[in-house]
Amino acid sequence: MLQDKIQDVFNEPGCATNQTKSAKEKKKGCTKSLKPGAAAGGCAYDGAMIVLQPIADAAHLVHGPIACLGNSWDNRGSKSSGSQLYRTGFTTDLSELDVIGGGEKKLYRAIKEIVQQYDPPAVFVYQTCVPAMTGDDIAAVCKFAAQKLGKPVIPVDAPGFVGSKNLGNKLAGEALLDHVIGTVEPEYTTPTDVCIIGEYNLAGELWLVKPLLDEIGIRLLSCISGDGRYREVAQAHRARVTMMVCSQALVNVGRKMEERYGIPYFEGSFYGVSDMSDTLRTMTRMLVERGADKSLIDRAEGVIAREESRVWRRLEPYKPRFDGKRVLLFTGGVKSWSMVSALEGAGLTILGTSTKKSTREDKERIKKMKGEEFHQWDDLKPRDIYKMLADNRADIMMSGGRSQFISLKAKVPWLDINQERHHAYAGYDGIVNLCEEIDKTLSNPIWRQVRQPAPWESGPSSALLASSMAAE
Amino acid sequence: MSHIQRFPSAAKAASTNPLKMSQPLGAALAYLGVDRCLPLFHGSQGCTAFGLVLLVRHFREAIPLQTTAMDQVATILGGYDNLEQAIRTIVERNNPAMIGVATTGVTETKGEDMGGQYTLFRQRNPDMADTALVFANTPDFAGGFEDGFAAAVTAIVERLVEPSPVRIPTQVNVLAGCHLSPGDVEELRDIIEGFGLSPIFLPDLSLSMAGRQPSDFTATSLGGVTVDQIRAMGASAITIVVGEHMRVAGNALELKTDVPSHFFNRLTGLEATDKLVRLLTELSGKPAPARLRRQRESLVDAMLDGHFFYSRKRIAVALEPDLLYAVTGFLADMGAEVIAAVSPTQSPVLERLKAATIMVGDHSDVETLARDADLIVSNSHGRQGAARIGVPLHRMGLPLFDRLGAGLRVQVGYRGTRELLCEIGNLFLSREMDHESHAHGQDRHGHDNHGESHGCGGGSCGCNAV
Repeated sequence: MLQDKIQDVFNEPGCATNQTKSAKEKKKGCTKSLKPGAAAGGCAYDGAMIVLQPIADAAHLVHGPIACLGNSWDNRGSKSSGSQLYRTGFTTDLSELDVIGGGEKKLYRAIKEIVQQYDPPAVFVYQTCVPAMTGDDIAAVCKFAAQKLGKPVIPVDAPGFVGSKNLGNKLAGEALLDHVIGTVEPEYTTPTDVCIIGEYNLAGELWLVKPLLDEIGIRLLSCISGDGRYREVAQAHRARVTMMVCSQALVNVGRKMEERYGIPYFEGSFYGVSDMSDTLRTMTRMLVERGADKSLIDRAEGVIAREESRVWRRLEPYKPRFDGKRVLLFTGGVKSWSMVSALEGAGLTILGTSTKKSTREDKERIKKMKGEEFHQWDDLKPRDIYKMLADNRADIMMSGGRSQFISLKAKVPWLDINQERHHAYAGYDGIVNLCEEIDKTLSNPIWRQVRQPAPWESGPSSALLASSMAAE
Repeated sequence: MSHIQRFPSAAKAASTNPLKMSQPLGAALAYLGVDRCLPLFHGSQGCTAFGLVLLVRHFREAIPLQTTAMDQVATILGGYDNLEQAIRTIVERNNPAMIGVATTGVTETKGEDMGGQYTLFRQRNPDMADTALVFANTPDFAGGFEDGFAAAVTAIVERLVEPSPVRIPTQVNVLAGCHLSPGDVEELRDIIEGFGLSPIFLPDLSLSMAGRQPSDFTATSLGGVTVDQIRAMGASAITIVVGEHMRVAGNALELKTDVPSHFFNRLTGLEATDKLVRLLTELSGKPAPARLRRQRESLVDAMLDGHFFYSRKRIAVALEPDLLYAVTGFLADMGAEVIAAVSPTQSPVLERLKAATIMVGDHSDVETLARDADLIVSNSHGRQGAARIGVPLHRMGLPLFDRLGAGLRVQVGYRGTRELLCEIGNLFLSREMDHESHAHGQDRHGHDNHGESHGCGGGSCGCNAV
């Protein structure tokens, strides 16, 4: 059953990469087989958690031994404006006896305890490797629990060993399609209802975008899943338009919502000035095409004009400070190129970017935008990055936390632009935040000091002693 | 472990806000205290990713950690091929001095025979004989962080330490449990070297995890006890075993080398440190150095100054078993009342705890037990619960992801005990000052109303009686 689901996900027609593959290649899937001893990155369960955990009022129960939750809970920066239940870590903490005797009964009891004690609108149950091996049927337990307890209990069948984080994202999307989306009807609908997919409200980024939507008159019916509420996600099928934020991860959800409910979708981004404006334009245009009032477009243009002039004015002071500063940008796929133009607008020089997670289409786009000389690295080893930085070939590196120490140990400024970051970079205000953070770290006085040789490295100096004696 | 008294664990099926971390993670930390080592998890790649992120957040250091990247097929057919390929790849790319393998739930559920796989690997790969290989069985579904750390240290002792025909009278082994931070290990080195002795720490996190500045990028641990030093542990005069969970490794070492071991259940506290100093004095035949004597005086003084704020304070502590023992022992030494001691796992050390309630549980149990406590002592994961019930949290243990310098804190020896005493004492002090600034006369210790509400530091309680 899980295998069918995985094959289904691998066959995704909405994926540009997939369409260029042969039937045989498709069957193999999009995950490169991992090289033992030289692999990095999370597993499918990790990916599923990333997508679903931001649903803030639901309980998230991990069915597995302690490693899967005990080592990982409370480590993501997805923010909620209300319920904080999603930050509570629940696990069945399987013991040796559960491995031998099966953990299904324990799982049921755990679901029951959570429902009785916390009364959440729904419980998400995550399968992991060990119970998948011993054959615990979480789908059956969830079905039984849902009937007994009168609550939605959603099985998320993405044990770690089936593949990468990206596959886990998609399997989480499938769980939403199968069990959640379409199960609740909204109290009322409007012609401007939208659903945003793949935005997780990291560092509160959604809150930099939502006021603009409100001002234009667009109602955010459902966000999958940043600052999410279970009911809102369940009524996503009544949206008029769907926006896919990180197209790679949840393209299956957008496409299947179109297939099932006739909701058109588009790919957009909140990162960078022009991308943000394009997103607002596309969203309003599509809503109007589906019957929303035409004045929506005028209001959107008004907001865009005002925000753009405001953002460029606010970026102006950074230009002289950023002049000649060289940036290495390492991040997964889409975000890289949507930030590039905004950073260049603020006076920075982007040396190159990693394209490990980018599709062929993405790479073509970057090439068109930046020309042939622009570096696109597919697989740069940590040692090579360290060398580039140590040789003073860049002034700052922007990347995810994983490569943080490559930069810091080379004594080169570094900025976190990945999921653990503490600052919000989405929308018009976000790009100003980003430039402020870059400026703060570039102009910090420590860089000169930490690069000084130690006293015992600079050789004997008799001058110092002589001068201090003279002073006396 | 049937001889161990079992303490009550929460009867619930859902562990909520877990205190427990997995065995392989503990094993990884032990391996990181060996120089030029690369720990390797035998399991799915997610196991490694989570462990890596947790250690990075705690130490704020690059953490070398690799995976055999078991997928579904390998899990069913057996993981030897992945293991062999992983070790070969690591040796070719990174050439470490040692590879420390830790199994996970995935490989243990299948029941991989690690002893057999070690022999098979050595037979098939004679070209890699120079790389030390240590395998530890650390299933995720049994025990916890401390057990995994212990399993890895025991495995290192059993695989690498050799008996020696000679004795070096000034060489001392220290089996340093996971409740000692890199800063603690550095402090112990200082104390031991002060007697003219040369310690070998296993593992030695002070050399690898205390903030290194490498001159080149390395994919292995940078610093730590070397494989050669571990081999030479058989020539030491004594072995100092710190922490109950190091006892098995200590026994293994003694059995193998005849080096006598001396057991310390904790090194935090005046009397605990006195015991260590007495041993070192006896062994070295040298008097305690002047610096240590000054440190003892200053600890005694701090105890005198600080005890006002500790007396009868109600404290809940939730930490890994041996750290739990050290901290609750220290708090009891200061006159505080440990109302609850919560451990993530069963351990023989729990029998010796002094606390009103002792249980095996999670952070949600702490939240229930600590409702009328004056303080909670736990790791950073305790922050949500502590905030909900409005009790201050003193952070100790691992992970500490919301504080700087987690690896460098010192809480052993005279100096470390004084540091800990002042840190926790200051929390009480600042709380009392907050109360006093509103109603100084209603001071709960019942001393005189000093009139003005500002500034403390001079009176018998430490208050500035104006």
